[in-house]
Amino acid sequence: MTRKRKRIRVLIAKPGLDGHDRGAKIIARALRDAGMEVIYTGLHQTPEMIVIAALQEDVNAIGLSILSGAHNYIFPRVMELLKEKGMKDVLVFGGGIIPQDDILSLKKIGIKKIFTPGASTDEIIKFLEKSLKK
Amino acid sequence: MKTTTKERLEKFTTVSNMPVKRLYTPSDIKDQDYLKDIGLPGQYPFVRGAHPAMYRERLWTMRQFAGYGTAEDTNQRFKYLLEEGQTGLSVAFDIPTLMGYDSDHPRSKGEVGRCGVAIDTMADMEILFKDIPLDKVTTSMTINAPAAILFAMYIAVAEKEGVDTDKIGGTIQNDILKEYIAQKEWIFPPGPSIRIITDIFKYCAENVPGWNTISISGYHIREAGASAVQELAFTLANGIAYVEAGIEAGLDVDIFAPRLSFFFNSHMDFFEEIAKLRAARRIWARVMKERFRARDPISMRLRFHTQTAGCSLTARQPENNIVRVAIQALAAVIGGTQSLHTNSMDEVLALPTEKAVTIALRTQQVIAYESGITDTIDPFAGSYFVEALTNKMEEETYKYFEKIDELGGMVAAIEKGFPQKEIIESAYSYQKAVERGERIIVGVNKYAEEEELPIKTLKIDYEVEKRQVARLKEIKKERNKRVVTSVLNRLQNAAEGRDNLMPYILNAVRAYATCGEICNVLRKVFGEYREPVVY
Repeated sequence: MTRKRKRIRVLIAKPGLDGHDRGAKIIARALRDAGMEVIYTGLHQTPEMIVIAALQEDVNAIGLSILSGAHNYIFPRVMELLKEKGMKDVLVFGGGIIPQDDILSLKKIGIKKIFTPGASTDEIIKFLEKSLKK
Repeated sequence: MKTTTKERLEKFTTVSNMPVKRLYTPSDIKDQDYLKDIGLPGQYPFVRGAHPAMYRERLWTMRQFAGYGTAEDTNQRFKYLLEEGQTGLSVAFDIPTLMGYDSDHPRSKGEVGRCGVAIDTMADMEILFKDIPLDKVTTSMTINAPAAILFAMYIAVAEKEGVDTDKIGGTIQNDILKEYIAQKEWIFPPGPSIRIITDIFKYCAENVPGWNTISISGYHIREAGASAVQELAFTLANGIAYVEAGIEAGLDVDIFAPRLSFFFNSHMDFFEEIAKLRAARRIWARVMKERFRARDPISMRLRFHTQTAGCSLTARQPENNIVRVAIQALAAVIGGTQSLHTNSMDEVLALPTEKAVTIALRTQQVIAYESGITDTIDPFAGSYFVEALTNKMEEETYKYFEKIDELGGMVAAIEKGFPQKEIIESAYSYQKAVERGERIIVGVNKYAEEEELPIKTLKIDYEVEKRQVARLKEIKKERNKRVVTSVLNRLQNAAEGRDNLMPYILNAVRAYATCGEICNVLRKVFGEYREPVVY
């Protein structure tokens, strides 16, 4: 079924226990300023909480922001739960303190893109607009 | 003579958006009274430094923040750093420890030992400081919500090794207000959190006199995106809140104020940072004397640790970060810091490798021994520009103080989301300025390179979590369960009443109760904090 939508809906999520939310909040606001509908989860979310929020909010994309180094556990867990719920068409991207080697392995499990410090909000907006163009 | 030369930019501002004039002259500081407003180092209002001889007497403590994996891993890194000439220790705990969850808690999955060392019980603490003489080395611990517990473990380890508690020295961060504002690793709501903090003030005044009971931190506030003035204002406003709390708890200000310490960020704008650090000392001296009527000059003297700005480092062309850190470290030293952490170039990608952390430490050693900067005190005093900027910082800080007082003090301001909102505004407008190219970041929005070779980063073994959980299980099996239950029950009674919690927490850690178990008792009594989300 194809859903007709005017605006892109994005869930910006802070998984894990780290409290560094500067990036997540900046991205949330920049996407909103770019005309997208943005839901920000707040801090300290489990993968389960994130996937439920994504389902309830019926989003096109999930942005995961993490700076604690737990991405290799948490990101795959989110992907697993999305699969279980049959939400394969939701685009997942991420950002944070994530080394190059890990980026490669995270891409393999279906994370579309990882942005590291220095990435511009413009880059992220363009990425979402391009990837979600139907 | 021609004075209207066209300039490179329409307006010049500091990295925090403070306007900067082409030239500063005596007219910019004409109202300044040298003795009243500046004075001498080690004397009120302490602008020129906390101590009379500063680095001519003793260099700052070179204190690299370190922690990863298990206690064994970090103990090794500590020993390496001490061998390389570091003069104090600084412990980074992993996030489950910061949040008061044990390594076997479901919420700890994937996080154990990843961005700090995992400490569940006193047994881990014993390993962490194995073969390190606690009466000779001072230790700083970045721990907030569960600070009392980790501090109690440190005391208990010292006791076990036969070191008197009046011989140990160091700092616990113990600054919950900035957690609500910026770093966001909290457990309990403000009321009970502040009670624990004042319990620590009281306990240390009587039992651990050489300990800095709190490190009131601007670092994380700045990293979250605050301007220099916001960092200064919110940090000192938090300081005011703690002093008020201490007085309200019945303590004489001159009993606990001398052990308060501070922690600032050193960012990219060289002169702004120097001015900020000088202003911090003067504002605090005036606050303590005028607002709180402190009598002891030591209560008015602001001492601080500095860390270079993690948020200024770039993932692109990471080697450039070495240069950024050197400039920031220089500002911290000229600003008169008591101790310093220099960031490693690769911290924007992962925890630092030994190589990267050595370069960062060497940066401090080059400044200390080669640059000549340590030979005279506060060398920028009297600079028209630096003095004018110092004055401006102070004025702007007082404006924030007024606003915060109007809101009913810092705790009320935090609950209303005021500092959080101010910070995210600054962070967003800075980001936009970078993206418009108004702020240049070398290697990112100018002189970027298409292809970059990744640098080597530290890998933390995934076995760490398994090993740590196994050790925890072992300790739980070996300890005397009845004793644990009884010390935890007594702690709960104390928390429900008004006793100082420190002795109860000490008894609990001595019985190898876990950090998570102790926090759970307190969660039951105190409840948990919920954040007002603003963005």
